[in-house]
Amino acid sequence: MMDRYSLLEKIGLYIAIAIFLTFVLLPFFEMFMTSLRPLDHLRSAPYKFWSDEFSFDAYSNMWVTVPKLGRYIFNGVFIAGAVTVLAMIFVVPAAYAFARFEFKGKAVTLSLFLAVNMFAGAVLLIPLYRVLRTLGLLNTYFAMIIPGAAFLVPMGIWLLKSYLEKIPKELEEAAYVDGASKMYTLRRVMLPLAAPGLVVVGVSVFIGAYAQQYLFAITFNQNSDYMPLPAGVFEFIGYQDVVWNEMMAASLVGVLPVMLIFLFMQRFLIAGLTAGAIKE
Amino acid sequence: MGKSLPKALSSQSTFAWLLIAPAAAYLCLIVVWPLLETVRLSFTDANIGGESYVGLANYEKLANSKKFADTIGRTFYWMFISVSLKLVLGLLGASLLNAKIPGRAAFRVLVMPPWIIPIAIGCLGWLWLYNGQFGLLSGALQWLGIIDGPFEFLAYKRSAFYSAIVTDVWVGTPMISIFFLAALQGVSTDLYEAAYVDGASRWYRFRRITLPQIFPVIVSMALLSAIWTFNSFEIVWILTEGGPRSATTTLIIDTYKTAIASFKFGPGAARAVVIVVLLSVFAFVYMVVLKKLEKRFGSK
Repeated sequence: MMDRYSLLEKIGLYIAIAIFLTFVLLPFFEMFMTSLRPLDHLRSAPYKFWSDEFSFDAYSNMWVTVPKLGRYIFNGVFIAGAVTVLAMIFVVPAAYAFARFEFKGKAVTLSLFLAVNMFAGAVLLIPLYRVLRTLGLLNTYFAMIIPGAAFLVPMGIWLLKSYLEKIPKELEEAAYVDGASKMYTLRRVMLPLAAPGLVVVGVSVFIGAYAQQYLFAITFNQNSDYMPLPAGVFEFIGYQDVVWNEMMAASLVGVLPVMLIFLFMQRFLIAGLTAGAIKE
Repeated sequence: MGKSLPKALSSQSTFAWLLIAPAAAYLCLIVVWPLLETVRLSFTDANIGGESYVGLANYEKLANSKKFADTIGRTFYWMFISVSLKLVLGLLGASLLNAKIPGRAAFRVLVMPPWIIPIAIGCLGWLWLYNGQFGLLSGALQWLGIIDGPFEFLAYKRSAFYSAIVTDVWVGTPMISIFFLAALQGVSTDLYEAAYVDGASRWYRFRRITLPQIFPVIVSMALLSAIWTFNSFEIVWILTEGGPRSATTTLIIDTYKTAIASFKFGPGAARAVVIVVLLSVFAFVYMVVLKKLEKRFGSK
């Protein structure tokens, strides 16, 4: 009843959504259109909205212009995946502790964790560079994975903690009464119940890791074999020329794997955030 | 039973600390130790050659620099405008996505790409859009007759600044929308139904039920977003590298340029420390003001 909209309201809603989506999708639309046009056509002034020579040539030529493109795409997904695994190893036990146990200094410790959000990687680059050099990790995958995960751990703990707090305590207590150890309870009772929450947090961490690779990649890694797409895609900018059409094609193809994964996960994500992220 | 309680508690807290220890140790290595090291470096003139203690010299230079004061002002201005836009658009987007109309599921998916893809990739798209000769925006404005010739969005101080803000808002809004959407769905429908029965208009319901109910989420997202926006690096770096003539140089860009691009580790570290101090003060003041407001208006 109350969710029913009049025709006028409906039209208004759709127009507003259309404007909002235009803003959100405009760069992608233009990237796609650019990838279809020949380079000399892109460089014609005045700007032309339409072209007679659309082709998918850029999608095959890009692998030749930047031979390691496939590797870069793989590296981007691989690094984000590794960051997610590493971050979750730290997130799961800590979130469980914050959600389930009362102990001295809990509030302070949690705030200290959250305070890590205040430090962007860029602020700590100089000493991080030295740490990585001392450990001999510069110009390896680890140079991007190890610092990348650190800045996602606090958010992960916070999200998962709020999710775990929603799981009734009685279930664990029942396990204790039956003589199960704390570790056993965590593994066999809590983890299965928390699975949807773990997926949500894992996907959020992955998105964060995938979106923010650029800084560590350009600062800590010079080896093109380990370069992720956000850094590697700049190879389309040559000394003389920017191969815009191929760069846009590579960008779109490069993010496709993650977009597809995400498409399958998104329902889960929204539902999980609804269940977990709301503080009462 | 009564006797074993303290023991149970202490073993419980030992177990809790054991669970937290790995994360804490890891963050100490990657965040806390580098932070302390940054503080130490800020009192030196460290560069690639070596380092020696210079006391407060780096800070004195910053304190006497008009340019640095401008950078601080610019950074707060950047944060304020960008976060305000993100919150307003995020709330608007969340409300639109929450409306029960056909196509809702598809709209929710379509909003997310800027959040999912690497920030650097999205920036490339904007870099191309802002191109004066060949970009869509300049082309469209010429076609509409608003401008006469090509307009390079990133070539002029003011237009570069606001162009970077638009891109920052574009990157940040989807995530905020989704979190607000999650919050909206958490609001009990009973409240709305009661208000509806009482004849409350949709706008009234939004103001008097929705906003107060999701207020805690708005407040925490605002703080988080403010910190992220303050520290936003990739967008400005890819679009303008801080130019033209420092128009888009925020503190984080200034720090990166000093420390990494010109290898002045000492002065760069001093800038990093200033960022941390400013953000800590900002977060502290934000929370104090919030507590005061909560007390005065007694909303929970």
